[in-house]
Amino acid sequence: MMDTALLLKLIDNNARMSITDLAQALNECENNIENTLSQLEKDKIINGYHTLINWDKTNTDHVMALIHVKVTPEREYGYDRIAASIYRYPEVDTMYLLSGDTEFIVVLHGKTMQEIAWFVGSKLACIPAVTGTSTAFVLKQYKVNGAIFEDDKDDYERLLVTP
Amino acid sequence: MIDFTKYLNETVKAIPPSGIRRFFDLASEMDDVISLGVGEPDFKTPWHIREAGIRSLEDGKTAYTANQGLLSLRKEICLYHKRRFQIQYDPQKEVLVTVGGSEAIDIAMRSLINEGDEVILMSPGYVAYEPSVRLAKGVPVIIELKRENEFKLTPEALEEAITDKTKLMLINFPSNPTGGVMSMKDYRKIVPIIQKHQILVISDEIYAELTYDQPFASPANFPEIKDQCIIINGFSKAFAMTGWRLGYILAHPTLIAAMNKIHQYAIMSAPTVSQYAAIEALRHGEKDVEIMRESYLARRNFIVNGFNQLGLDTFMPQGAFYVFPCIRSTGLTSEQFCEKLLAQEKVACVPGNAFGQAGEGFIRVSYAYSIEHIKEALLRIQAFLHTC
Repeated sequence: MMDTALLLKLIDNNARMSITDLAQALNECENNIENTLSQLEKDKIINGYHTLINWDKTNTDHVMALIHVKVTPEREYGYDRIAASIYRYPEVDTMYLLSGDTEFIVVLHGKTMQEIAWFVGSKLACIPAVTGTSTAFVLKQYKVNGAIFEDDKDDYERLLVTP
Repeated sequence: MIDFTKYLNETVKAIPPSGIRRFFDLASEMDDVISLGVGEPDFKTPWHIREAGIRSLEDGKTAYTANQGLLSLRKEICLYHKRRFQIQYDPQKEVLVTVGGSEAIDIAMRSLINEGDEVILMSPGYVAYEPSVRLAKGVPVIIELKRENEFKLTPEALEEAITDKTKLMLINFPSNPTGGVMSMKDYRKIVPIIQKHQILVISDEIYAELTYDQPFASPANFPEIKDQCIIINGFSKAFAMTGWRLGYILAHPTLIAAMNKIHQYAIMSAPTVSQYAAIEALRHGEKDVEIMRESYLARRNFIVNGFNQLGLDTFMPQGAFYVFPCIRSTGLTSEQFCEKLLAQEKVACVPGNAFGQAGEGFIRVSYAYSIEHIKEALLRIQAFLHTC
């Protein structure tokens, strides 16, 4: 039996791991790995293979904001239709439904603060179910999806050979 | 000029320097070495454990502890062994906290061996065992473990090694350097022999948590010989805490009391900061162990398949983080293989004979490295094999 959980952990850690390497690490044949991966994709368990880019280190204009969004749920549909009306905007990178004071948290990516402010003011806040927003701009990314973005100042010397 | 060697103790003089040391010196002189040579986890100690150590310093817990170790730690050790390995010990009388498994090995030997007592050791085996026996004036009797038996101890080999002078045997499963393990079924075959001859068993179980495919088994799991067993374990491998230098011994109160005599004069007590960190490790570290074990499992598969594809026969070890590929097909000795590999491709492995003559024809390869690192090393080894 293929250890699917371990397969997912391996590619969660490194999505670029090749089929050959995955087969070797899981003690499976390559065909099995390919079939399992495509099944996981079909089942929407795997939804993409992304990179973790620290845009701050590039010369690109890039601003990120976390926006708490308060909404009134709709009879029959609850939050899902409202959520769809928000996440369909390409500016929305990530969106979660939360417990607690606000209903949604929306992660927005834009080129400038003005661009994000414009989106919140003229798009997000105008959706009828939205009753309030609170925008927090990201100043610095320390750790994203398990990867530490800080410069690695690790001068710790691991011994090359030990008993 | 004074000849300082004349002051040296004869037993110490007679002990050859470790074969690993030589490779360490060779490798450290080179740049861009990719190493598969370490016997320690590549993970850092999990943060909550480090934090517990830091907090103990902030709280000013910087004094000696009881010789045997903090009672709260000894209690946690006993709870842990009961929970994980179904073996019960009394925290008051049957536990001694040591400076790593290394001190535990040393004081076990020194408190038990009289000059001329025979101690059965396994070869290939961890480099410290034989010198520890010799330093205690014991006589090592070597059992050669065989690749065809997956480096397990067989009842025939054990029976053959026992004489009237045998006092002790020392086993280490999962094994450094072979990765071999002993299951309950394997132990069942040798337990009657141990019971019949009333020999003591030092079981170095430092890799107990790194057992794959089957549950870990200890000789102390057999009630009929439990009191004959001296369990050595520690935090280095399971919790990635090698630098904290913390281990422990579980044994009969009479044996613990004797070992504590040496420990109290030689060491006083294990580092206090490490003991507080260890309490946290035992209370809340099982998830970390699980994550590391899973990661080692994938690396093990990766490296074993890799070596076999390169044509170097490698058995799938069931424990620790070492593989032990056979390099006889290259026509080189273990040392030649490792030296040439280091010189030509800058990959550091440890020759099998550093772990005893039975290791000749093999190399010890650690997979306590990322898969990317292992992959690069395998590519270099492949290039090296083309030149052999």
